[in-house]
Amino acid sequence: MKHTISVLVENHAGVLARVAGLFARRGFNIDSLAVGVTDDVNVSRITIVADGSDYTLEQIEKQLNKLIDVIKVKTLSPESMVSRELVLIKVSCSPKQRSEIISICDLAHGKISDISANSVTMEISDNAQNLDTFEELLRPYGIKEIVRTGTIAIQKGEAAVTVRS
Amino acid sequence: MERMTVAKAMTECLKAEGITRLFGYPGAAICPFYDELYKSDIEHILVRHEVNAGHAASGYARMTGKPAVCVATSGPGALNLITAIATAYMDSVPMVIITGQVNSDQIGRDVFQEADITGSAEPFVKHSYLLNRPEDTAEVFKRAFYIAGTGRKGPVLIDVPCDVQKAEIDFEYPETVEIRSYRPSSKGNGFQIKRAVTSMLEAKKPLIIAGGGLFTGNGAELMRKLSEKLDIPVISTLMGLGAMPTDSPLYYGMLGMHGCEAAKCAVNNCDTLILLGARLSDRTSSPISRNNELVVIHIDIDPAEIGKSVAANVPIVGDISIVLGQLLEQLNSVEPQQHAEWKNQLDESRVDREPKPVEKGFVNPKWFIRELNKYLPNRSIAVADVGENQFWTASNIELKNGRFLTSGGMGTMGYSLPAAIGAKCAEPDAEVIAVCGDGSFQMEMPELATCVQHGISVKVIVMRNRYLGMVREHQTNFYGNRLYAVSLDGSPDYTKIADAYGIENMLVESEESAKEGIKRLISSDKPFLLEVAVPELIETIL
Ligand SMILES: Cc1ncc(C[n+]2csc(CCOP(=O)(O)OP(=O)(O)O)c2C)c(N)n1
Repeated sequence: MKHTISVLVENHAGVLARVAGLFARRGFNIDSLAVGVTDDVNVSRITIVADGSDYTLEQIEKQLNKLIDVIKVKTLSPESMVSRELVLIKVSCSPKQRSEIISICDLAHGKISDISANSVTMEISDNAQNLDTFEELLRPYGIKEIVRTGTIAIQKGEAAVTVRS
Repeated sequence: MERMTVAKAMTECLKAEGITRLFGYPGAAICPFYDELYKSDIEHILVRHEVNAGHAASGYARMTGKPAVCVATSGPGALNLITAIATAYMDSVPMVIITGQVNSDQIGRDVFQEADITGSAEPFVKHSYLLNRPEDTAEVFKRAFYIAGTGRKGPVLIDVPCDVQKAEIDFEYPETVEIRSYRPSSKGNGFQIKRAVTSMLEAKKPLIIAGGGLFTGNGAELMRKLSEKLDIPVISTLMGLGAMPTDSPLYYGMLGMHGCEAAKCAVNNCDTLILLGARLSDRTSSPISRNNELVVIHIDIDPAEIGKSVAANVPIVGDISIVLGQLLEQLNSVEPQQHAEWKNQLDESRVDREPKPVEKGFVNPKWFIRELNKYLPNRSIAVADVGENQFWTASNIELKNGRFLTSGGMGTMGYSLPAAIGAKCAEPDAEVIAVCGDGSFQMEMPELATCVQHGISVKVIVMRNRYLGMVREHQTNFYGNRLYAVSLDGSPDYTKIADAYGIENMLVESEESAKEGIKRLISSDKPFLLEVAVPELIETIL
């Protein structure tokens, strides 16, 4: 099972290494990882998508909480979160194919970020599943390069994962 | 506020934390600090290998319950400490480790004696600091001691670049410390406490497993009260040995791979299992068969231990002494309980095999430890190494308000002598005895010099079987008796080694001489080495 975990940490050097090291040495699999600062410059948020049983998830949460620099750990339930990844996709594109590709991009609510004689680069932010579909639609044109961020996620409604909550 | 160098401030931090003694080994990168130690009242015990500075600090901390300090220089010095750090981490021993580091502007350039020690030690520390801003010194030390000595205790490392040690700062040691991301729990959840009490009172066959947490959390005495009030039999893990006096009628021995029959019987037949500061490692929990009716009450300071090895019906996270206090308070109005039938069942499973006679020229180690018991004063501290010697000692030593120390989680050979040195420094009036094998002794032998140099009267018993006995036994049992790389041929004469250090010693090869040896060992107020000739192929479980 995939779990999306939102982790607030002190914004110190070495924190990411500690978190990543913990996953590696305890045999927890990381599917994706995204780090960014929060509204408080002293606090960063690490969003981790990890794979494992409920037992593994419980251990991940508990072991993360033991790291001194970890302020808060919260697993977000799939039903009550909005999750996004950003992808940049560069596909081969002859001038003739342009309008076709642009319409696929529009369909996916993407944006054209760059165009050259024989390629087009698009950016789309969506959940992982929709991005996969989009990728498949573009595959026949010849994908030159894909750059994907890790997943970030936020709870729906008024709930928030913050230092104070 | 006072103006001083970081090196001086470091000694001031240690003084503020009540540190009067530390264990270490110098080198250039830590010299600014050593120069301040020289000017201070802090006693420095010079070990002969850094790993033993760590083990000695571990022995010291396990006796005082407070973080003990060890020091090493950068690179190889710091790296030599790692095994000791990991050993302490596994057994939740509070420790502050100070290492020198190359100058801060040279970090990351592979300069002479540079090692990323905070990175290398990361899996084995509770936390670590690279002190690269001189002005953070006081805060970092305050936090390090606080983290090491609270919650689930453990080692914390402070790496201090040489130039930082020389930098000048305005120093004032903070009185309080507040870390928003670190708030160890103390009191147990009231609802779970009530549930635990109900389960304990409903139990027909309750059982307490006493773990090492009873020592780190100072809960042994309260555990005894609980056991006596509710008439609950107690068994122990290797780390919990001595929490219950071994001669108590409610005590049924040690659990685990090398444990005793009564303890196994108890754990397999109880209906309510009360785990007190025991994490149940694989070597301990293997004989536990979990059935659906079994109620498990798990009390631990570390939430991550609850549910890790055994599913718990009643999880209680908290400081063991506080939680036991809460439980006892709830039981105040309850009549003392009786579990005569259950105890009868357990009493029947007690097996006491007399030590078998052995060939001439040798001593049965089981007989030997039992004989030693007769002479050991109250409050003695026995430190066992790793291997067969560890279990001969663990299974037979009588602990009368004394302590048993060993490297339980990591099983680190070479632990006993340095840890005994630390324990003796902490408890100078107690009899402190290190029991080791001839293999482990050869890993720690240089520390005899530390005993002599600093007048530390540790008694060393070398169980000499001329083999890496426990591995030899493993090869015999599981690898068709193909003994390979386990013979200790070429080893020195241990009494001559002791002679070379000017340490009193004796070789014993019969029960008669062993009795005399034990008497001499106990009556000496100096370091003493007793070499005990045990049969070469003797087993762990006797
Ligand atoms: C540092 C280290 N290296 C290797 C081992 C593996 N090991 C476990 S027991 C043992 C044999 C110990 O021999 P000895 O000290 O002579 O004790 P005995 O078992 O004979 O009592 C060994 C090598 C270990 N536990 N620690």
